[in-house]
Amino acid sequence: MGRRTIAHRIKGGLRAVVATGALLSVGLASGTARAESTITIATVNNGDMVVMQKLSPQFEQLHPDIKLRWVVLEENVLRQRITTDIATKAGQFDVMTVGNYEVPIWAKQGWLEPMDKLPASYGVDDILKPVREGLTYNGKLYGLPFYAESAMTYYRTDLFEKAGIKMPEAPTYEQIRGFADKLTDKPNQVYGMCLRGKPGWGENMAFVTSLVNAEGGQWFNAQWKPEIDTPEWRNAITYYTDILKSDGPPGATSNGFNENLALFASGHCGMWIDATVAGGLLFDKKTSSVADKVGFAPMPTGSFKGAPTWLWSWNLSIPTSSKQQEAARTFVAWATSKDYIELVAKENGWVAVPPGTRQSTYDNPAYKQAAPFAAFVQQAISVANSTGQTKAPRPYEGAQFVAIPEFQGIGTQVGQTIAGTLSGQSTVEQGLKTAQAATERTMRQAGYPKK
Amino acid sequence: MRETVFQRVFAFVVGWGVAILLFFPIAWMVLTSFKSEVDAITPRLTFTPTLSSYAEVLSRADYLSFALNSVVVSVGGTVLALLFAIPAAYSMAFHPTQRTRGTLLWMLSTKMLPPVGVLVPIYILARDSALLDTRTVLVIMYALANLPIVVWMLFTFYKEVPKDILEAGRMDGARTVSEVWYLLLPLTLPGVASTGLLSLILCWNEAFWSLNLTTSSAAPLTAFIASFSSPQGLFFAKLSAASTMAVAPILVFGWFSQRQLVRGLTFGAVK
Repeated sequence: MGRRTIAHRIKGGLRAVVATGALLSVGLASGTARAESTITIATVNNGDMVVMQKLSPQFEQLHPDIKLRWVVLEENVLRQRITTDIATKAGQFDVMTVGNYEVPIWAKQGWLEPMDKLPASYGVDDILKPVREGLTYNGKLYGLPFYAESAMTYYRTDLFEKAGIKMPEAPTYEQIRGFADKLTDKPNQVYGMCLRGKPGWGENMAFVTSLVNAEGGQWFNAQWKPEIDTPEWRNAITYYTDILKSDGPPGATSNGFNENLALFASGHCGMWIDATVAGGLLFDKKTSSVADKVGFAPMPTGSFKGAPTWLWSWNLSIPTSSKQQEAARTFVAWATSKDYIELVAKENGWVAVPPGTRQSTYDNPAYKQAAPFAAFVQQAISVANSTGQTKAPRPYEGAQFVAIPEFQGIGTQVGQTIAGTLSGQSTVEQGLKTAQAATERTMRQAGYPKK
Repeated sequence: MRETVFQRVFAFVVGWGVAILLFFPIAWMVLTSFKSEVDAITPRLTFTPTLSSYAEVLSRADYLSFALNSVVVSVGGTVLALLFAIPAAYSMAFHPTQRTRGTLLWMLSTKMLPPVGVLVPIYILARDSALLDTRTVLVIMYALANLPIVVWMLFTFYKEVPKDILEAGRMDGARTVSEVWYLLLPLTLPGVASTGLLSLILCWNEAFWSLNLTTSSAAPLTAFIASFSSPQGLFFAKLSAASTMAVAPILVFGWFSQRQLVRGLTFGAVK
């Protein structure tokens, strides 16, 4: 009796398994079916990309033969995901969102299609020159910019007024330190200076690299020898750790861009030096409680004027492994066009258009009025000087990064050491020695100096 | 032996303490999902609840297609793992050889390698068999990834079953298959069920392979969550809303199957 009921139960279970199997095979069949003109777009989840995804049905209306599929991922996940795909030439993506760090490196590998054969109406020359230069390899463009940024100084006009100080038109790092001391009011959780402290080549090292450049330092000398254990780096890192220790928020080593944005937007920072994209977010009453008290100033300068500062762009590129290159090209040209910028302005207002890409955007009076920080952004991009020289000649390009494949690893490793000096685990002196030794080792293993 | 008052109070405090500690992040996530983005960055408990994050999340991504993928790959991976693990655990538990112990340890050792170490080979294998972005590849990967744990769990459950019962079955003329089917499975059903449940939960939460091997057609809920984390701007409320929607099905499922799970996990603990 007992055995029979158990047998029944098992039979019921078996049926469920078979049913699941059937369901599974139906799922598999539908999972592999694909239309001819579908292009897959891999992108980061930033505000401008979300807007693009929302407006993309208009593209599909214009081009009924092209369907779009979106893969939206967080920056680091996206980088790993598309690197795997492009390095194995698997061809899962037809359009990739790639940073200006990767574009020249990947172009050199032959992984990206050149962006030529663009229609005259596209206006390649309208793209801001520093941005365009960052995407050029051997005289050809390998990505079209969707959005670009430099960095600037944000400050609280009300706190400056209260402290009786005035932000100069072109502040220096020394002046900034004096202001930070005056603004800091720790009992009320107001910190004079917020800066990135979270380790990572695109986090703390973005600011640190820019600061080192401004103090006359560099990552590598003309023979590719690391130049980290030098007086210039020592000055820069001492400044960075001192200002954050005396005027920074507690636990600065866990603050990246987003954390500082949240701190500033909720009124805890007197000043903040970071990417220009924060301007729009801090100025927006929906995302910032200090929207009417934000002031803008250029990035401070150090002892070496005209040093490379900061230039980042997110670009749309087409991998050579894509099987839908024509359709992909049509889409990329649409999404980075003047018409697209006007479409965003029409749908969401001029303040929401993707910044930093086209001269025509900055010439537009409606944009200048809607975004009072626009002039700062354009100015910051034009002096970013990412292909220029540091105080001593350098063999690499890049403003807040070094445009070689090894830099992701090196930057993150040194970033951890710098975070260690910030949290007090080691002195600046020890930290720089450690970073120098580690970088020398990595570069030797990577076979530098290369011919 | 009777419990003293102290023991009871102690058990009460520790039990509830641990429960609240474990549940706090989930409760906080659910709470945050009802906040506006500006409220979400402050640890305030008083706020005006809003459904705007849910509306935003639903308007940007097709939740149901992600959820369906999650269900199919989790169930598929678990069923496939059980199909292989039941015979494997049976033979190791009842017909051990000199190498059984070593084999078991070796199986477990495969879990000690970080998955990213084999990412490129697996990716190339998937590419060459045209399995990228299909549910099949996730079903296979999940089954393989969970196989060591599933075999180990089943093995420990089977070890509890006296050999004499199976022997009696053989005397009555049962062959291996009916031995497993009519005797072993019914006897260890709670164990098999809890193993299956655990495997299901592990599959549901697996994020590395699902993010790397799928693009859009086969992307499960882990990819859905990942798409709401942002390099700029405020996203905590939207991310919390997406996460709440992703964990809700498995949470409800876990709640209903709680008894089986506890029974299975403590199976054989008290003779």
